[in-house]
Amino acid sequence: MNKVLTHHEVVDQLSDGMTIGVGGWGARRKPMSLVRAICQSELKDLTIVSYGGPDVGLLCAHKKVKKLIFGFVSLDMIPLDAHFRQARQNGELEVMELDEGMVQWGLRAAAMKLSFLPTRVGFGTDVLKYNPEIKFITSPYADGEEYVAMPALNLDVALLHVNKSDEKGNTQIYGPDPFFDEMFARAANKTYVSSEEVVSTEDLGGKEGAIFNRFERSLVSGVIHAQGGAHPTSCAPSYGFDMEHLKTYSAAAKSFSEYSDQFLNISHEDYIEAVGGETFINNIPLPQF
Amino acid sequence: MADLISLSEICISSASKAWKDDGELLATGIGLIPRIAAGLAKLTCNPDLMMTDGETFLISKPLPMGKRDSSADLIEGYMSYSRVFENLWGGHRHAMVTPTQIDSFGQTNISCIGDHENPKVQLLGVRGFPGNFISHKNSIFIPNHSTKTFVEGEVDMVSGMGYNSHHAHAGKPEILSVITNLGVFDFNGPNHQLQLLSLHPGVSADDVCSNTGFNITIKSEAETLLPSDEELVLIREVLDPLGTRKLIFGE
Repeated sequence: MNKVLTHHEVVDQLSDGMTIGVGGWGARRKPMSLVRAICQSELKDLTIVSYGGPDVGLLCAHKKVKKLIFGFVSLDMIPLDAHFRQARQNGELEVMELDEGMVQWGLRAAAMKLSFLPTRVGFGTDVLKYNPEIKFITSPYADGEEYVAMPALNLDVALLHVNKSDEKGNTQIYGPDPFFDEMFARAANKTYVSSEEVVSTEDLGGKEGAIFNRFERSLVSGVIHAQGGAHPTSCAPSYGFDMEHLKTYSAAAKSFSEYSDQFLNISHEDYIEAVGGETFINNIPLPQF
Repeated sequence: MADLISLSEICISSASKAWKDDGELLATGIGLIPRIAAGLAKLTCNPDLMMTDGETFLISKPLPMGKRDSSADLIEGYMSYSRVFENLWGGHRHAMVTPTQIDSFGQTNISCIGDHENPKVQLLGVRGFPGNFISHKNSIFIPNHSTKTFVEGEVDMVSGMGYNSHHAHAGKPEILSVITNLGVFDFNGPNHQLQLLSLHPGVSADDVCSNTGFNITIKSEAETLLPSDEELVLIREVLDPLGTRKLIFGE
């Protein structure tokens, strides 16, 4: 079994109008090389589900997003993403704006093959006003409580970035927080995982390594070798986020073509060189909060 | 020492009191002043509080602001985002947050300003506010008390529920304390009206009323209790030795 693919082979599996979930959180462990490959493609009208960071911003800047399902879009140290803001303020995006926990609940419902999961979250807020498709459910038990029925967020595809993988799709995430990547993988028909390293199964570290295996390989359709693939977001413990690059990226909201020519219409290998090289990336210190 | 006390230090001291009766809850102070205040609470009025390193681990001693040698952190537990959701849905947290807008009902907004379809100013999105305000205690810190933050009518995108929620089971939020650059407040006036509890030095009740977009109860016009000498030492030497707190009001 060998699931190793190139970035372009992954993009060839995608089609217009798909619902794509992007793993990571804000400016942390985003599959940015796959996101850049989508930006270079002809794909359009995507629905994106994300704990948003520069993945959402870049896709918005390239007009790839028809609808965004989100709780927030933030670059962490830079609180707001300039490209996402511009798209929203220009009225370009259809949105399903949800509480962060509701996003997880929707993914979890999809992962469990349920149509919804109940929650109180949403009551008393405009989340329900602006998402009239969200319906309610009454407990069949004596309490009779009414709940929000958070609908399943079924994904066509999930895109994730991990630290290590083998060719079969056994993945390992070493960052202290795995975020909700497992839920994205379980909610999706197909999951493509970019990985800092692709090694033999023998080199996955045995029992100690397997503790970092957050979801099983049967969920993984493709593995893409992409060292530095999360840049400019962080990939703990290997590298932190590249603040200088995130500033350049943010400033590009005013004139995007220059940034695009320099960093986007090139291969992943050329991108890594353009932002400073592998050694530079691996020396970016982890952030302290 | 007292004549040199700054507004940021008064706010930190006042804000820290929000957590005093919480026992072992997870204290989350989001932003500069709330974070230092949560640390001060743990070092003074409530040593039982749980607190994170701002990322994934529970730590025994509040972290100072600014760069540190994180290998010296005394880690006592794990608090990934997944764990935070489990904790907060169970109600075991008290967060202090800074919404962009708040209204007379205690509804809060961090999502966007203007029309939701095509906002004038896009902010973060509702983030965890809907879940936080329906699940656990919250307090609020507002550094720029004005009619733009304390708005007339309702906030533009209700992110955190207020006391006007009529949902039978969801109940009411629990907003403990509201600290601003002008004074200390809570929502325990008649019908959960915002009420003034104390005024920071040099601020009048008229200043507060003219900078608030709705009617409030004036329960007391007493001066806000100033930080004690012990609190000042902890703020200045332990929690914020680099003085990052001064940025918030340009002190």
